[in-house]
Amino acid sequence: MSGIRKFICGDDAVAEGVRLSRPHVISAYPITPQTIVVERLSEYVEEGSLKARYMHVESEHSAMSCAIGVSSVGARAFTATSSQGLLYMAETLPYASGARLPIVMMNANRSIATPWNIYGDQMDAMFLLNSGWIQYYVEDAQEALDMMIQGYRLAEDPEVMTPVMINVDGFVLTHTYELVEIPDQAGVDAFLPPLKMPLNSMSLEAPKSLSISAGNDTNMEFNMKQHLDMLAAGTRIQAVDKAYGQAFGRYYHGALEKIRTEDAEVILITAGTVTGTARVVVDRLRGEGKKVGLVKLRVLRPFPVEELTEALKGAEAVGVLDKNISFGYEGTIFTNVNSALMARAMTPKTMNFIGGIGGRDITKENLIEAYDKLFGAAAGQPLERVQYMNVRCDY
Amino acid sequence: MKRPQVKSWEYPRRVQDFPLGSTCDSDHLVSINAGWRTFRPVIDHDRCIDCLKCFLVCPDGAIDKSGPLLAVDYDFCKGCGICAHECPVKAIEMIKEVK
Amino acid sequence: MVKLNAKTLHNEEYFYGHKACGGCGESLALRHAMKVLGPDTFAALPAGCMAAVSFIYPNMAFTTNAMITPFAATGAVASGMAAGLEALGIEGTQTIGIAGDGGTADIGFQALSGAIDRNDDIIYLATDNEAYMNTGIQKSGLTPYGTRTTTSPAGKNLPGSIRQKKNMFEIVAAHGISYAATASVGYLEDFLMKMAKAKAVKGTSYIHVFVPCPTGWGYPAQQTVSLAKAAVDSGLWYLAEYEAGEFKLNRNPKSFTPAADYLLAQSRFKHLTPEDISRIEAQRDAKWEIMRRKWLG
Repeated sequence: MSGIRKFICGDDAVAEGVRLSRPHVISAYPITPQTIVVERLSEYVEEGSLKARYMHVESEHSAMSCAIGVSSVGARAFTATSSQGLLYMAETLPYASGARLPIVMMNANRSIATPWNIYGDQMDAMFLLNSGWIQYYVEDAQEALDMMIQGYRLAEDPEVMTPVMINVDGFVLTHTYELVEIPDQAGVDAFLPPLKMPLNSMSLEAPKSLSISAGNDTNMEFNMKQHLDMLAAGTRIQAVDKAYGQAFGRYYHGALEKIRTEDAEVILITAGTVTGTARVVVDRLRGEGKKVGLVKLRVLRPFPVEELTEALKGAEAVGVLDKNISFGYEGTIFTNVNSALMARAMTPKTMNFIGGIGGRDITKENLIEAYDKLFGAAAGQPLERVQYMNVRCDY
Repeated sequence: MKRPQVKSWEYPRRVQDFPLGSTCDSDHLVSINAGWRTFRPVIDHDRCIDCLKCFLVCPDGAIDKSGPLLAVDYDFCKGCGICAHECPVKAIEMIKEVK
Repeated sequence: MVKLNAKTLHNEEYFYGHKACGGCGESLALRHAMKVLGPDTFAALPAGCMAAVSFIYPNMAFTTNAMITPFAATGAVASGMAAGLEALGIEGTQTIGIAGDGGTADIGFQALSGAIDRNDDIIYLATDNEAYMNTGIQKSGLTPYGTRTTTSPAGKNLPGSIRQKKNMFEIVAAHGISYAATASVGYLEDFLMKMAKAKAVKGTSYIHVFVPCPTGWGYPAQQTVSLAKAAVDSGLWYLAEYEAGEFKLNRNPKSFTPAADYLLAQSRFKHLTPEDISRIEAQRDAKWEIMRRKWLG
């Protein structure tokens, strides 16, 4: 099944994906570099190509709170934000996940103040890794569009019923143009039926109390249930992606994609747009006979421990590219990857490459150097475990 | 008495038996508030003029007016005494509970 | 509209079995708000006493749909619920946001303003007991002058709170809201009528109800209703409406009962000197002078 193709930017693609998903209500507040998404959606509502209510809320806190209200009565809600906006709405995110409301949100990954900066890194979303939301990171505009539709299907899966955050790298993806295939509405409607949430939404037939309090006699159990369901959602991520592939011909390999990892001696792990650069580098190095591989991590929560450790089997050194710093420690994805390796008693050398902070470029040369260092680590060279890419002066 | 009724509830056997999300059915009372009371309001129906002021002012809605005589839901009356204080004919007496 | 009073009001309860303190004025306001709105009501309540006492798993005090919202988000969540219901074509429902004085005048002010700006079809009920009671009686933007709270202690240097209440009613009216009113649980029939008006209004309506708190104010619980009435009769609270761009004073007493009788009945005001009370009366008289001049035409 194929739709039309358009030359559009990442934000446009997100808006197209949202339009096809037919949300009932969009509540959003503008923030660079998410702005184009909400501009497009408001235009779609105005022209009638999207039958939805566009709510002009006065803050990101209210954007998510409004979406919570919409979802609590069983309607489909969408919002989008970025950076400080995501942090401003932070306390509302666990309200959505705690009540198991299937809201989908696009987050345009952007640096966190201070110092002020509007360009892309992934510090913002990492803050919310523990918010109980499923987190995707996408590589290009096509995937951004496709994941909006997949996001709703997954969030609304009766076994999942959990909000989904789609992370789209600021500027390098939100504002760059590429040819994107727009699925046809009938196909999307067949893939994504109208929302049914009989169990936890309010209704006149069976009135519900939501976002209740649970004392120390039951609180642990409520949290345990949410956690166990989130762990179990991993299998649904794979199933939804496969179903999407069957319907539209694009399959993203579930929670992660393995790129030439079969016999790889060293493997780099990336999340987001930098994967595109890394693909080119891997092909070039393979051409030189170097056994390098790449893992594109698409989902950080639930963390795909099984898929990841399976992909890393046989690697002598594993590198993790983090576009974030957990101040006082290391990159956040690196911590998660090491923990997964420990859980399977796997002991490759591991290195962390922290880069791209505040929109700093990550070049092919940077990645080639990273692979060189991984080969060095595999050979037993005493290298710093955490490496900082492209720092412009001594430290 | 036409008031929401207390329901029986047992602690779920398995974590998965807890509600989906932080939710619960509404109209779901499993314990009463009678133990809070130090004084119990007792209506003197001979003196009562049926003005229904007590029904109006009760923060707990514990006074039922559906029957021929006003009735207090002693499961949920907290004994605050507003009804007795506001009664224009002093037909409600607050009597100390004996534990 | 049928006159609502103890006789005409139905016997059903939609807010029942809650764990509020005995004699709680706020729960009395909620009880009647829900009685007027009926069983097809969707309620949104932020952190605060009413949320804390009504949703303690597995005891749920609302018989209708209801939810706890983020503290700052009452207006936004209620808006979302109303928008969702409308989008799904579910008709004949009422959506109400219910927040305390802090939840309305302080942390929830922005979301309330946003909801009124959109004219979403919700009712916003501000239950004003003049301090953050759920956290243990701290000063809010609606704590009046001379109030002892746990964060505005009265001592040698200060008389307790040193600011007057934010004028929420007029701030809300300044948005050009469809309907706004002040009320008191000391005048319940008036409150019931205003709730009924708000229910009938299409668009946002706001009711600011004055609700004594025996625990936070320090008075015997049976006096909640009489104290609420005394606040109005002494002129320290007022009953008014804003409708179709016009203000209206619902009660304009020829003379006020002594403020001291109302104030000194509560331990939060026990420390006030005759000079403090004169100052409070002067503030009251200045406010009434303006209200009478501007609103009585």
